Amino acid sequence: MKTTSKRINALLGASAMIFASSTAMAQDMSITVTNLTQGLHFTPILTSAHTSDTQMFMSGEAATAEIQMMAEGGDISGLVSMLGNADANNSENPAAGLLAPGMSTTYTLTNDSANTHLSMVTMILPSNDGFVGLDSWEIPTEAGTYTINLNAYDAGTEANNELVNGGGAPGVLGIPAAPGGDSGTNGMGVTDTESNTMVHIHRGNLGDDDMDGGKSDLNNSIHRWLNPVAKLTITIQ
Amino acid sequence: MLTFSSIKNRVIEHPIKKSNLITITTCLLLLSACGSDNNSVVEPPPPPPEPAEYSYSVTVTNLTYAQPLSPVAIVLHNDSKMWMTGEASSQALEKLAESGDNSDFISDSNALASNSGEDVVIPGLASTIEVSTTDRNATFFTAATMLVNTNDAFTGLTGVDISTMAIDDVKSWNLNVYDSGTEANSEAMGTIPGPADGGIGFDETRNDVDFVALHSGVVSQDDGLSSSILTQAHRFDNPAIKLSITRTK
Repeated sequence: MKTTSKRINALLGASAMIFASSTAMAQDMSITVTNLTQGLHFTPILTSAHTSDTQMFMSGEAATAEIQMMAEGGDISGLVSMLGNADANNSENPAAGLLAPGMSTTYTLTNDSANTHLSMVTMILPSNDGFVGLDSWEIPTEAGTYTINLNAYDAGTEANNELVNGGGAPGVLGIPAAPGGDSGTNGMGVTDTESNTMVHIHRGNLGDDDMDGGKSDLNNSIHRWLNPVAKLTITIQ
Repeated sequence: MLTFSSIKNRVIEHPIKKSNLITITTCLLLLSACGSDNNSVVEPPPPPPEPAEYSYSVTVTNLTYAQPLSPVAIVLHNDSKMWMTGEASSQALEKLAESGDNSDFISDSNALASNSGEDVVIPGLASTIEVSTTDRNATFFTAATMLVNTNDAFTGLTGVDISTMAIDDVKSWNLNVYDSGTEANSEAMGTIPGPADGGIGFDETRNDVDFVALHSGVVSQDDGLSSSILTQAHRFDNPAIKLSITRTK
């Protein structure tokens, strides 16, 4: 028995060394994004494996123009272009459109050896500039399944007035859509200022119980959330 | 004993050697020698080994301000989940999440062992539940409890692999709140079973999204839901409980 366990230890040691020496090799990842909410939709998801020097977004820093496009209107084309220039490996829009409440989407991503970090973003609807984010998770070199709960961020680029008016272009005030068809109309607007212009953890939608008027077009029984709002399950082969 | 049976077998297997007096004599001599030598140390055959017992102690601490928890349900089972995000709730889970009654949940057909806490867990307090089994397949763990001042909120975890836990190993988690998706979060008078209302618990009618996901929190009358019986005190955030499991046997 002792000989056997020694042999196993030796084998484990050898495989650990193989793992350690494989840090610079490409990895195949199977990724599942789950929308953990009952009332929010996610716009087309962008997942990217990139170098340690590249970042999609960073808490406490002003959002880039590309993040603003994604967070206010769900448009990931700017980020795709920026990351493409940085030789990142991208997965674009795996759900082929919106990821509905409670739903999951699974896709694969293979990273080049230099792209050691993983990020993911998707806009939250309905919100003014809320998004789900994973910022630069170091991809483990060890095979296995990893689960990460994701929080909702506010891009800090638009006041959270909570009025659904189709405003999705960068700099245009308003929420582009409430895909669940469950928002109200004729709200007065919750606020017209955004005093924290850095990327920060979203304080959540306020909403109200008045579908025709009130402060917000959002419904306070449907469109609020508590973190986490999404789950990322990553299997590394 | 072993010597005896091997000799006996040899005789039976090779009857032709019965004529060989030397062999038989040797066998008999060996037989009697064995018997006398071992007289002092002969022991009755060992009893069949008792099936191993696996025992766990689960402690749930209520981290909320004013959400008592229904008696905590503990289930050990084979590899499966008792709920899934995006999937419809079972009726047993619906009953637990709407009324706090876990009797159907712990008698689930997949349950290999289960138990329930005796009492409601008051905010700030903890409850410990023991569960034991001799079933070697009972290697996955589920716990669930209702936040009783809600329509259908519950917390817990399901399908956690505990097969590698050694005795005295501890695992613990801070856990989020789910919505069973089976009852609209009206927060209206008469719909909430907890002390904030004393309303109806389980109603098999499903008037919500009909899938399990994380809860968006209670709104309360103080925060803009005019028809709510709840106050600011009943609001909660994640995590709502701390749960730890210890293998005790």
